[in-house]
Amino acid sequence: MNAQPLNFVPASEFKARAAAAVSDPHLRKSFRGAMDFLIGKRAAQFPDADLLERQRGLAEHIRKYSLARLPELLEQLERKLTENGVQVHWAENPEQANRIIIEIARRHSTRLMVKGKSMVSEEIELNHAMADAGMEALESDMGEYIVQLDGEKPSHIIMPAIHKTKQQIARLFAEKVPGAGYTESVDELIGIGRAVLREKFMTAEVGLSGVNFAVAETGTLCLVENEGNGRMCTTVPEVHIAITGIEKVVEKLEHVPPLFGLLTRSATGQATTTYFNLISGPRKPGEKDGPREMHLVLVDNGRTQAYSDEQLRSTLQCIRCGACMNHCPVYTRIGGHAYGTTYPGPIGEIISPHMLGLAATHVLPTASSLCGACGEVCPVRIPIPDLLIRLRGEAQHDARPGHAPMLGQGAAKSGLADAIWAGWAAMYTRPALYRAFGWLATRFRALTPPMQSGWTVSRTPLKPAKRTLHEEMAARRRG
Amino acid sequence: MDDTGSRQYPEKPARVYLFGTCLIDMFCPEAGMDAVRLLEREGIEVHFPADQTCCGQPAHSSGFPEQTRAVALAQLRLFPEPWPVIVPSGSCAGMMRHHYPKIFADDPRLLGEARALADRIFELSEFLLNVARIRLADQGAPVRVALHTSCAARREMGTHVHARALLGQLPAVEVAMHGHESECCGFGGTFSLKHPSISSAMASDKVDALKETGAQTFLSADCGCMLNLNHTLQKRGDGWQGQHLATFLWQRTGGEGGRQ
Repeated sequence: MNAQPLNFVPASEFKARAAAAVSDPHLRKSFRGAMDFLIGKRAAQFPDADLLERQRGLAEHIRKYSLARLPELLEQLERKLTENGVQVHWAENPEQANRIIIEIARRHSTRLMVKGKSMVSEEIELNHAMADAGMEALESDMGEYIVQLDGEKPSHIIMPAIHKTKQQIARLFAEKVPGAGYTESVDELIGIGRAVLREKFMTAEVGLSGVNFAVAETGTLCLVENEGNGRMCTTVPEVHIAITGIEKVVEKLEHVPPLFGLLTRSATGQATTTYFNLISGPRKPGEKDGPREMHLVLVDNGRTQAYSDEQLRSTLQCIRCGACMNHCPVYTRIGGHAYGTTYPGPIGEIISPHMLGLAATHVLPTASSLCGACGEVCPVRIPIPDLLIRLRGEAQHDARPGHAPMLGQGAAKSGLADAIWAGWAAMYTRPALYRAFGWLATRFRALTPPMQSGWTVSRTPLKPAKRTLHEEMAARRRG
Repeated sequence: MDDTGSRQYPEKPARVYLFGTCLIDMFCPEAGMDAVRLLEREGIEVHFPADQTCCGQPAHSSGFPEQTRAVALAQLRLFPEPWPVIVPSGSCAGMMRHHYPKIFADDPRLLGEARALADRIFELSEFLLNVARIRLADQGAPVRVALHTSCAARREMGTHVHARALLGQLPAVEVAMHGHESECCGFGGTFSLKHPSISSAMASDKVDALKETGAQTFLSADCGCMLNLNHTLQKRGDGWQGQHLATFLWQRTGGEGGRQ
C-alpha cells in the first residue's frame, strides 16, 4: 500500500471533523452561501431541461466510449505526443510520478517550478516532494496560491480557497506577502498576488500544469482556466510538464467541445472560460515562444482498479467539474477539509477508495444520505449513489466470486453488523415472525428505549404505533 | 431516473394492491389507512397481502446485497394479479420500481418478474392523480401548508409534481415554497444513525426552512422524512408537526363524503 499522504485524515477522524465543522457557524454560512451562488450560476446556464438531458447523454456517451477504448487510446496518445516532440512518462503511483517530475526538474537545475492548477499534483503531494528535493513549487492559480501561502490544502476542486473569507485572505497577505499592506478590496488583493506571481513566471525554470482533456488522435492537451496563469505556466518557462490521470483521454478533437461546454457550465456557471489552451508540443524551430521541452506524466494511482470493474469504471467518466460537491447537502455542511482527501464531496467518496484503499477510506461512502443530488447534476451521468452503495458493500464483505479484491476489501467487516442484517433478513423474510414482532413492539411500546443510537442525538425516540397497519387491515378483513 | 413524465398510465382499475411499507406499518399506520380510504372512496377495492414486510431498502443502502435480495424476493410474488401496486412512500416505490430490476439482473426469470412488478408500482400521489384521476373537493378552512417530498420521491418518482398537483385541486389550501426545497432532510435511513451530527444539521435546517414559510403544517409523502422532521421538532419542544400527505388529503376532503 502507498505511504500515507500528508493531507490524509484517518477514517476515525472524519466523524470528529464533520461534527466540528457542523458546529462552526462561520464555516456553515460561508459554504452555504458559496454553494448557493454556484448552484444558481449553473442553473442559469441550463434553462432548457430537455436540452441539458441530451447534452448529458452525449457527454456520458463520449466518456464511456473513450473509457471502453482506453488502452488503445493511451497508446495512440503516446505515439502522437512523441511525434509532436512531447516526452511521455507513465507513473503507477504517487512516488513514481514525483520521482519522474523531480528528475526532470533536477536535469534543468530547477530552483523554482510554477504550477497551474492541477488536482493530480495535489493527489501525489508534489509540492512536498519538491520541497524535500530542495526545490520550490509555487501555486499560481489565485485560490491555490492562497491555500499554499496559509499551509493548507484545497477545500474544493474548482475553488480551492472557497472556505476562506475576504478578511482572512487580507490578514494572510498582510502577514505573509513581503511589502503587502492590509486591504479587504478583492481587486487589490488579487493585484498583490498577481504582482508576486508575475515575477515568478519569469524566473521559474519549469512550469507545471494539469490537463482537462487529452486528445489521442492529434496528441493535443486541453487546459481550461480563467486566470491566464495556466497559459503562463505552459508557455513562459523553458520546460513544461503536464500531469494528468490516465482516464482523461478522448479519441478525437470533436469529442472535446461537448465535454468542455458542460464542464464550464457545471463548474462555475460560465458558458466558456477566459482561457482554453490547446497544447500540442514544445516550441518548434523558427517559433518565437513556448517551452523548449515538454513532458506529459500519466498517473494511474488506483484508476486501473476502478477501470477493471464494469460498474466502478463509471467513476472514471468524471471531468472534475465539482457540481456534485456544490449540490451535496453533506459537503455544504462540513466543507472540503473534513473529508481529509484530495477530492472531497461525492466524487471524492467514490474515487478515494481506489487511490487510498478501503481500509483508510471506508467511512467516506457512508457519509451520504443517498439523496441523489450529485447524480442528478453530474454532467456525465455517473451514477454516484449506486457507486456509494457498492463501495459500502465492498468495505463490509469479501470480494464477490469472480471479482478481484479491492485495495482494503472488507476493511469495515463487522461481526455485529453481519449479525444485525442477518437477523433483519431472517425476520423480514418470515411474514409470521414479522407480524409477531409488530404485535409485540406495539403492545410493549411503552418499553421503547429512550436512547436510540444516533437518532436521539437531536430527535425524540421513535415509538411504535398502538396497532400496526397489518393488524388494522386484518381487523377490516374480519369486518 | 424519474420516468413519470414519459410513463403510460393505465385506465382506472377496479382493484389494486397496497404495499404499506415497514415504516408506515410500525410507526404511521394511520397514513396507510388514509391511503386505503382515499382509494376506496374512488371505488377501488384495496387488497393488502398479509405476507408483505419491507421493500429491502435499508439493507440495500447499507451495502448488504444478499439480505436485500432475500427480502426483496419475499415481496416479489405477493402481487400475482395484474393490478397496480400502490405504495404510499416515494422512496419504497422508487426501490421497487427502479432498483428491483437491478437487484435481480443476474437471473433472467426473476428479472422478468421484477420488471413486471416494477411496471405496476405507483407512488400513491402519482396513482391518485394520473390513474384514479381523482377530483378532490376541498371542505376545510383556508390553510397554508409546506410540502417536503423525499429525495427518492422527487428524483425517482416525480412526487413533488404529483403531490403539488393534488394539492392544487384544493382551492383553500395554499402550498408555500420553502428555501432549498429540493434539499434532503437528512434522514437517509441508516445515515441518520451513522452520521448523527451531519444528519441533525440537515434536519434542523429543513425544519427551519419549513417553519419560515409561516405554514400551519408541513406535508410529506414519505413516512421516513416525516418521522425525522417531527421528532426533531419534538426534541426542540416545538409542537409544530407534519402530516402524511394521505392523511391531509383524506381529512381535508371530509372523509367519506369528500368525493366530487
